[in-house]
Amino acid sequence: MHQTFDAAIEMNLLHANQRGADHNRSHFDQWGITCINLMSSPGAGKTQLLESTLKGLQGLNVAVIEGDMTTELDADRLRQHGVPVIAINTGRSCHLDSKMVAGGIHQLQHDHDPTALDLVVVENVGNLVCPAEFEVGEHAKVALLSITEGEDKPLKYPVMFREADCLLITKTDLAPHLEADLDQIEANVRQINPHVAIFRVSAKTGEGLAGWFEWIQQTVINQTNRLQLTV
Amino acid sequence: MHETDMTKALIGTIHDWWDSQPKHPTIQKIHLIVGAFTCVEPASLQFAFEVQTQGTFLDGAQLVIKDIPLVAYCHTCRADYRPEFGSQYACPECNSPMEDIRSGRELKIDHLEYVAV
Repeated sequence: MHQTFDAAIEMNLLHANQRGADHNRSHFDQWGITCINLMSSPGAGKTQLLESTLKGLQGLNVAVIEGDMTTELDADRLRQHGVPVIAINTGRSCHLDSKMVAGGIHQLQHDHDPTALDLVVVENVGNLVCPAEFEVGEHAKVALLSITEGEDKPLKYPVMFREADCLLITKTDLAPHLEADLDQIEANVRQINPHVAIFRVSAKTGEGLAGWFEWIQQTVINQTNRLQLTV
Repeated sequence: MHETDMTKALIGTIHDWWDSQPKHPTIQKIHLIVGAFTCVEPASLQFAFEVQTQGTFLDGAQLVIKDIPLVAYCHTCRADYRPEFGSQYACPECNSPMEDIRSGRELKIDHLEYVAV
């Protein structure tokens, strides 16, 4: 008769992705780069926000790693702003993982001088669910929620909004045309994530972007200080 | 959809263990711990596992998923509470926001049951 045995594994299901993310982060740290992971549902305005950010953000050298399922449309839009843009086609996958971003980092290193960069923005695939679980090596997570999506989205997709360090409520220029309750959006996010930084922005008119730029500058400074302490 | 990727990762981890055993044992059950406050749907994971293990060393193995509820701790009330998905994450007593999560974020391969050949 066969005997049944038991073996303890006790390992995170996403162990391999986590290890890859830590590896990516160590590259960023080595080059003095702060990495931000930008996430939202499709159409919340990530690319337009990035365009306005590339235009308005002063004093930082930026590169973008752009995840999209099949096209390079977004990457082409961003390239017009004269910054390095690495496009990653995720194929049928609905999120970026650390391995895909490692490929992007490798290409960035090959085509450009990474030590000249201050900030790498990873624009994730439009999706409010999966990207929340897959770290890519970022130092901070930024979630976008456009006011056309409804106040209840943070309650329905809580993991994404819990994980975010910063929330941008986008498309505020449309507020006069909608019955969107921006205070309610903020209240819903706050009950899930009391410490998240929240900015109401319009990438179209530029309203509120100053606060967002300041948050980026501060995040880069904090990151630089942290690295100096650990060296 | 990402359950497909997670299943791949799961199979890879189990394969490493299986490969490290001197006599490749027959794995009967894989016990997972999945928290409610994750983006993983146990039914999708079961389905992906069945599809992906067909004809492999894990063919016929059973995936046993233990669900862990979301439990938060309210510092004001000094008590645990169960947030209501989709409506109320703040403390139902004092309305303090969800600060500390006690459980519900787990995504773990806990242990295996196997038969030595």
